[in-house]
Amino acid sequence: AMLAVLHTVLLHRSTGKFHYKKEGTYSIGTVGTQDVDCDFIDFAYVRVSSEELDRALRKAVGEFKDALRSSGSDGMGQISLEFYQKKKSRWPFSDECIPWELWTIKVNVVNLANEQERQICREKVGEKLCEKIINIVEVMNRHEYLPKMPTQSEVDNVFDTSLKDVQPYLYKISYQITDTLGTSVTTTMRRLIKDTLAL
Amino acid sequence: AMDTDLSSQDRKDLDKFIKFFALKTVQVIVQARLGEKICTRSSSSPTGSDWFNLAIKDIPEVTHEAKKALAGQLPAVGRSMCVEISLKTSEGDSMELEIWCLEMNEKCDKEIKVSYTVYNRLSLLLKSLLAITRVTPAYRLSRKQGHEYVILYRIYFGEVQLSGLGEGFQTVRVGTVGTPVGTITLSCAYRINLAFMSTRQFERTPPIMGIIIDHFVDRPYPSSSPMHPCNYRAGEDNGAVLPSVEDSQEVCTTSFSTSPPSQCVFTVTKAHFQTPPPVVTDTLKVPVMGLAFSHQLSSSRLSYQPATLGVGSADMGYPVLFAGALNAAHPHQLIGPGKEGGVPLIPSQPAHGTQADQERMCTPVDGVHYSAATPSSSEDTVSNSSEGKCGSPHDLLETIFIRKVGAFVNKPINQVTMANLDIPFAMFAPKNVELEDNDPMVNPPDSPETESPLQGSLHSDGSSGSSTGNTHDDFVMIDFKPAFSKDDILPMDLGTFYREFQNPPQLSSLSIDIGAQSMAEDLDSLPEKLAVHEKNVKEFDAFVETLQ
Repeated sequence: AMLAVLHTVLLHRSTGKFHYKKEGTYSIGTVGTQDVDCDFIDFAYVRVSSEELDRALRKAVGEFKDALRSSGSDGMGQISLEFYQKKKSRWPFSDECIPWELWTIKVNVVNLANEQERQICREKVGEKLCEKIINIVEVMNRHEYLPKMPTQSEVDNVFDTSLKDVQPYLYKISYQITDTLGTSVTTTMRRLIKDTLAL
Repeated sequence: AMDTDLSSQDRKDLDKFIKFFALKTVQVIVQARLGEKICTRSSSSPTGSDWFNLAIKDIPEVTHEAKKALAGQLPAVGRSMCVEISLKTSEGDSMELEIWCLEMNEKCDKEIKVSYTVYNRLSLLLKSLLAITRVTPAYRLSRKQGHEYVILYRIYFGEVQLSGLGEGFQTVRVGTVGTPVGTITLSCAYRINLAFMSTRQFERTPPIMGIIIDHFVDRPYPSSSPMHPCNYRAGEDNGAVLPSVEDSQEVCTTSFSTSPPSQCVFTVTKAHFQTPPPVVTDTLKVPVMGLAFSHQLSSSRLSYQPATLGVGSADMGYPVLFAGALNAAHPHQLIGPGKEGGVPLIPSQPAHGTQADQERMCTPVDGVHYSAATPSSSEDTVSNSSEGKCGSPHDLLETIFIRKVGAFVNKPINQVTMANLDIPFAMFAPKNVELEDNDPMVNPPDSPETESPLQGSLHSDGSSGSSTGNTHDDFVMIDFKPAFSKDDILPMDLGTFYREFQNPPQLSSLSIDIGAQSMAEDLDSLPEKLAVHEKNVKEFDAFVETLQ
């Protein structure tokens, strides 16, 4: 279970980072980065130097992990990171959230019988993660779509300006767990699905 | 007519972007191979020196090497900038691990906006590079360097040469950015056939496999140029190539789109080339170091300091600059030893931020002044930072010290490593691994010792961990570390396991005397036991029935 969680956290971090940018009064601040070594996997990754962001992600992943745990030992689940834009609607309609990029990580919980298996798993997962990072980078490189840079009044519709040192694009994290019986137990945060369907 | 031709301002900007992109690329790659974790701070106020909105330190030596290789040119078709990462064992064998290539092809994207889209995409590409550099096999190798091998780098410009990577090397593309003058491509070709490593180690004598020495054997700067381990580049090069020019123009755009760019002067290369780092470097030998250290007070914190601290006074100028130039190195080097489990030469701080970090702590944030986030700060920064409690000059000196260690790598690591190896060897078998260089023995053996006394005397109260005793410990302590076991995964490596279980106590049942005695006792007690069992016959029967 721990492995699954860290796996998830890692991918999150790597993904988010690319989009981070800080903007303030028409100039852009600096994004620092730091290396993180994983405790349980042979892997190291780079994340944005922002404690707030780190905390937010850890919290989301922690919830995911707990949900996975409580679903039984061989659960499956997926956690999604979605980047969206807000579109202000006129009253009485609430703002729309329009996703423009969605990352989904599927996770399987694996039971390991002994230390040796765990060791092998650590390495394999580490290697897999390397592949995933490369994949992420490839996708990022496609430059497919990025919201236009907003004017100051619009900035909150595109970026999450609540953090003090970095500014990621607006994002939300949601997850769902599939228990061993194959039924899907959805624990989505608010309007993710609704919005997607609406589009 | 305006779309097709690049305006001259755009052209200038583009060239500048590409140039700095190349320099930053090299920094990221080399820093990722120093063997330590990198950590830089995010800052909401733009400093004007952080190109591409990323906090990437500029290790002066690396910048210098890169500029030297580029020689004023930019990557173009057929002229690629390559950073070659290789590994060199303590016996002198070396092997190319990766070639990172920054290439340009002819495919132009005329429509793209230079000052905006290209810049942002270059930033994205650097982030990708940060990620990818941790993912290739060489990263893990570089994190473990120091004892049996070191990682070196070499920058060259021109045609890409991939032949040294062995068969079946793989390529990963970091990304591309289209510009009006061509498409920039960044990729990495890396060796996957690492068999060389392990077999070599076996062929050679056990000592390499067995003996671990000293941890303070640095993370020397990877080398540069013709496979020349980089040390702090003996005076020759540095002395000659001090391009004090070009600096004033290094401006880093910090704003976009709607408003006019606020240009902060970004003096990249200023300070560290100002004064002869070579001089200082050369004197990495003890005496000078001693001198440098005499200035040091009790600071025990290593931090990345603005080079120009105290640049005014003649006294400080010298070590300061040196430190300034070296700064980037130290943080990396320090952590290494500590991580390896040995006693760090100098108490390392976990995640030292960049200089910017330090500055922030010292003084109120004032974006403009901190444009000198790199060693090459302006005078302003001096006054600003020095009033802080940073105790910086001392930190600087401290760092100088560390760098020195690395510097020995000059005679390829053989020198330092063997120095350290030497003593443990003496204690064990006469493992005399033949080195190419024998004279290293002359100097190196001194170094560890010299360092400790220096340390001892120089570090006043403040510094703890790195005090005298350690170096000695380092020499005495010997770890049996078989080459083929991974020590950082299993809590107990093969060596420890072997040692611990070498002499297991004899099984008591195998001991004849005891065995005989108990046998006799057993026999005697049998009748009693039988009697008891007979009494409980009924219970037994009931039990047996339940089983059926």
